[in-house]
Amino acid sequence: MKKKFAKKSRTEKSWKDRIFDISVYGIAILMMVMIIYPLWFIVIASFSNPADIANGNVWFWPKEWKLDGYIELLKQEMIWRGYLNTIIYTIVGTFIALVVNIPAGYVLSRQDLFGRKLISTFYIIPMFIGGGLIPTYLVVKNFGLLDTFWVLVLPFSVSAFNIIIAKTFFKNSIPESLWEAAQIDGCGTIRYFLTMVLPLSKAILAVIGLWTAVGIWNSWFDAMIYISNESLQPLQLILRRILIANESLLGTASGDLASELRRLSEMMKYAAIVVSTLPIMCLYPFLQKYFNQGVMVGSIKE
Amino acid sequence: MENKVVTQTITNATVISNNSNTSKRLKQFKKSGPLYVLLLPSIILLICFTYLPMYGLIIAFKDYSPTLGILESPWVGLKHFIQFFNSYQFDLTIKNTLNISLYSILVGFPLPIALAILCNQLRIGMFKKVFQVTTYLPHFISTMVMCGMILIFLSPSNGLISNFLGLIGIEMPNVLSKASFFSSIYVWSDVWQHIGWDSIIYLAALSAINPTYYEAATMDGASKMQKILHIDIPLLLPTAMILLILRAGSLLSVGFEKVLLLQNPLNIAGSEVISTYVYKIGLQNFQYSLSTAIGLFNTVVNIVILLLVNWMSKKLTKTSLF
Repeated sequence: MKKKFAKKSRTEKSWKDRIFDISVYGIAILMMVMIIYPLWFIVIASFSNPADIANGNVWFWPKEWKLDGYIELLKQEMIWRGYLNTIIYTIVGTFIALVVNIPAGYVLSRQDLFGRKLISTFYIIPMFIGGGLIPTYLVVKNFGLLDTFWVLVLPFSVSAFNIIIAKTFFKNSIPESLWEAAQIDGCGTIRYFLTMVLPLSKAILAVIGLWTAVGIWNSWFDAMIYISNESLQPLQLILRRILIANESLLGTASGDLASELRRLSEMMKYAAIVVSTLPIMCLYPFLQKYFNQGVMVGSIKE
Repeated sequence: MENKVVTQTITNATVISNNSNTSKRLKQFKKSGPLYVLLLPSIILLICFTYLPMYGLIIAFKDYSPTLGILESPWVGLKHFIQFFNSYQFDLTIKNTLNISLYSILVGFPLPIALAILCNQLRIGMFKKVFQVTTYLPHFISTMVMCGMILIFLSPSNGLISNFLGLIGIEMPNVLSKASFFSSIYVWSDVWQHIGWDSIIYLAALSAINPTYYEAATMDGASKMQKILHIDIPLLLPTAMILLILRAGSLLSVGFEKVLLLQNPLNIAGSEVISTYVYKIGLQNFQYSLSTAIGLFNTVVNIVILLLVNWMSKKLTKTSLF
């Protein structure tokens, strides 16, 4: 008798749960559509006639395929230069960031570091206080770094956040006994770090490397402040001229030609978004596990 | 601090004389030598590009002139702070900064928690994976492209949204040129872009919850909704509290790049925030000292709020940063 009663209440409950499940999946699907659709729209718009877009004729598929936006965009010499610059900045900047942050994270994870508390504080203070825009600008200027390649890859490569993540990683995954064993074998600290710790730390190298790379690829503000030489400008600054400043890259003209140019520059906007975002979007699904890993490592206390 | 004193007395007691204690420390210091070498690059860079600018903050109290340099420029006390407090821009920038900041905490803080709970309820492994990949995706779009997309989609004449509204017969106002819409555009586009990414940390916290809680709840006949209310949410609170404290610590520093890119002369009354004002005063008008003073004011207020919220949280919830 009692058993029957329990069974009945459970099916009742499961009805509630079923409605709950349906709404959970419903909301999830709705969210995915809301995120994917704008991105999809940018892609199809880049292949469409701007007039069709303006009239609201393009929703899920281009009405007629047009490549004009891409052709015109890739004719622009500065797009190529920006691309090349960004690739170089990203590679060099990521390398420097790893060289700077990974050893610091490792050292701070060592319990036997003399003055550990003081040194940690030294790294944490900049997370909360800084000189701000102008004093930093003046320092960069005084070092003679204004308008040089190095200003985008060197001065701000130290990241307390990345150091803390690296430190947590080393603390949790490199056993202290390994260092003791290495010491007995007569291995010095630096050689131990280079030949034993680093090969065991590919995950954290990947995480911090990728984060930094994405950050540099996407950054523009430092370049806007410190770089005025056109040949050093990264892609994002050139995107600014196309997307935000609405600057026509096609010269000035009047009459029919002008409206044609307006049409082209409208198409170029969509093409520019696709071209500049594509590398990261293509890499992302393959690298996702590293990105997540980083957040997970960092979220473990301290 | 007290701990330190205790350990020191213990070492002092065991080691016979104070003298050999210092020599022990010296030995320890020497042993750490190679470690210091590894720290050197980051320390040099931090000193040059973070600590030196902190020293440069004193130009907020001087009339800085590039020809005289930081040291030689004359002291003027609080002149620049007073100038900022008395300017008509003060009320405007503070109001806009707080408006955008509080709005984005109110909306952007709870939603990732909700998303994490939602995601945690997805039981079909493949679907969950696709869902996560999708929601994280926009996080990797650059601020520049994001702002370009906002401008394109919100264009009143031929944007996607105006076309869509046109289908159901609503005419789209030019929201980008209206100051009152600015904070909503800013906050909701941020939610679209970062909600998935911001939820990762809560997902990690959820996955750490002991499954026996759920088993016990199931035995007691709890529905899924009840499990969320009585298990998930209470156990997420400590993580949420820490993140909220951090967030509060940058209350006056709203995402400056995005504001700057979306700003135009028509919406400036709703979009001028402290950081964009600092940028304009400093790098466009070359009023270095005034700009630095405003920036310093910003930092100090942030730190005070951080400490205050941290202290309150420690008292009320026993959770704190330090």
